[in-house]
Amino acid sequence: MTVAEVVGELRSGMTIGIGGWGSRRKPMALVRAIARAGLTRLTVVTFGGPDVGLLVAAGCVRRLVTGFVSLDSIALEPHFRRARHEAALELTELDEGMLYWGLLAAAHRLPFLPTRAGLGSDVLRVNPGLRTVRSPYSDGEELVAVPAWPLDAALVHLNRADGRGNGRYLGPDPYFDDLFCLAARRRFVSCERLVGTDELVAAGPPQGLLVNRMMVDGVVVTPHGAHFTSCVPDYGRDEAFQRAYADAAASPPDWDRFRATYLDGDEDDYQEAVRRRLGTSTIGAR
Amino acid sequence: MSDASRAEVCVVACAEAWRGDGAILAGPMALIPRLGARLAQLTFAPELVLSDGEATLVNSGGESEGWLPYRAVFQVVAAGRRHVMMGASQLDRYGNQNISCIGDWARPDSQLLGVRGAPGNTINHVTSYWVPRHSPRTFVERVDMVCGIGYDRAAALGAPANRFHEIRVVVTDLAVLDFATPDRSLRLRSLHPGVTVPEVVRATGFPLAVADEVPPTRWPTTDELALIRDRLDPQGLREREIRCGPG
Repeated sequence: MTVAEVVGELRSGMTIGIGGWGSRRKPMALVRAIARAGLTRLTVVTFGGPDVGLLVAAGCVRRLVTGFVSLDSIALEPHFRRARHEAALELTELDEGMLYWGLLAAAHRLPFLPTRAGLGSDVLRVNPGLRTVRSPYSDGEELVAVPAWPLDAALVHLNRADGRGNGRYLGPDPYFDDLFCLAARRRFVSCERLVGTDELVAAGPPQGLLVNRMMVDGVVVTPHGAHFTSCVPDYGRDEAFQRAYADAAASPPDWDRFRATYLDGDEDDYQEAVRRRLGTSTIGAR
Repeated sequence: MSDASRAEVCVVACAEAWRGDGAILAGPMALIPRLGARLAQLTFAPELVLSDGEATLVNSGGESEGWLPYRAVFQVVAAGRRHVMMGASQLDRYGNQNISCIGDWARPDSQLLGVRGAPGNTINHVTSYWVPRHSPRTFVERVDMVCGIGYDRAAALGAPANRFHEIRVVVTDLAVLDFATPDRSLRLRSLHPGVTVPEVVRATGFPLAVADEVPPTRWPTTDELALIRDRLDPQGLREREIRCGPG
């Protein structure tokens, strides 16, 4: 598939799950394309990073379901902070483990899963729709019933994939990418490199094959497509670029300049602008 | 007596939080607690399990000994085999903690990280807090959003829901505090060298339980100082987290 074809399958108002964690292995090429396509009223389910910031800044998000939004090395996401301050965003704020549990429930086609997380905390106050459930066994313990988060679509980014939808991560952490795929009706994987199935299998142990073609509807190759988040071992986070992104969020004119430089064109234009920036900043910085 | 800095006293105070915990995962969320956990593992708590901050478990020599991606951390949390030392943007007298937002949740004056794992941590396993700037802005009468639950919230839940709840200590740049009072409210346990009781009371935005005699926080041993300075933090990054001279 192409990036445009993936985005062509998405509609305004959908619930979209985005893999990765914070500012790590985010399917940023697809996120940038969604922002460019001008989808609106999305519900985004994610362990939040700059995917949230970019989509919020582009006006795509009505509701966010998350336990945090962070750029990791920069603790707070500036676009998300502003949107919250302006009440421009509906938020379903959950314990991280509750988000995990809701995805697992959806993957298992269950209406909910019980957990201790959230009991006694204000997570229940700010999410008045959350219910508790009493154990039917002799312990009778009361637990939070985390509702399933079924997704219309899941977007994840992996190091390697074949054209049929089998995919491998090469970094240390799978995050929850397989669960996002299992919880979704339509599942799309972007990858650093498209390889033959033989090469995919030979690239590491079988347990690194995080997703398979039962869980994936489309594969799109987007080299450097997680930039500026990390996609180790292919590349680390572009800290300088991330700093520039966060700084640009400080004022509308700065953000307009950033957007014109990096986001208004297509993904090829973005990657070319990043290469140009690296060419000059490398000379200056070293 | 040696010339330990305040930051080094804090590292040792954080290390002490994990004393006696056995083979569980230490979860230090900032530099000084991280140094404390590694110091504990290198000295009096060799069983302690540490992560490299990503998905790898590392032993005291810095060598890998296991794999713990995020999904497995949640299993460890649910199983209770973890003692985390979190930060707190706000903390009240019963240990309710906030890292989500300042002001009205619906339209916050300042959006912070989000609740992260604090609700799940505090209901499932031991939690301690590290506050590098002890001030009335952090120690408040009421937190704006209860992320980590305190002793009053745990008591209101009752048994069996609250059976795994424990807030062990709160280490700050001024003192070590705990909840060893009849109503489980915050108590001054020990003073860092050079700090006075009125100083801590002034820096706390609610009445603090104070014993008649408050002991000093344990001083680092010569061996501990050597480990901190030569092995754990040779660049002295700890001194930037706590800007305070000797004593």
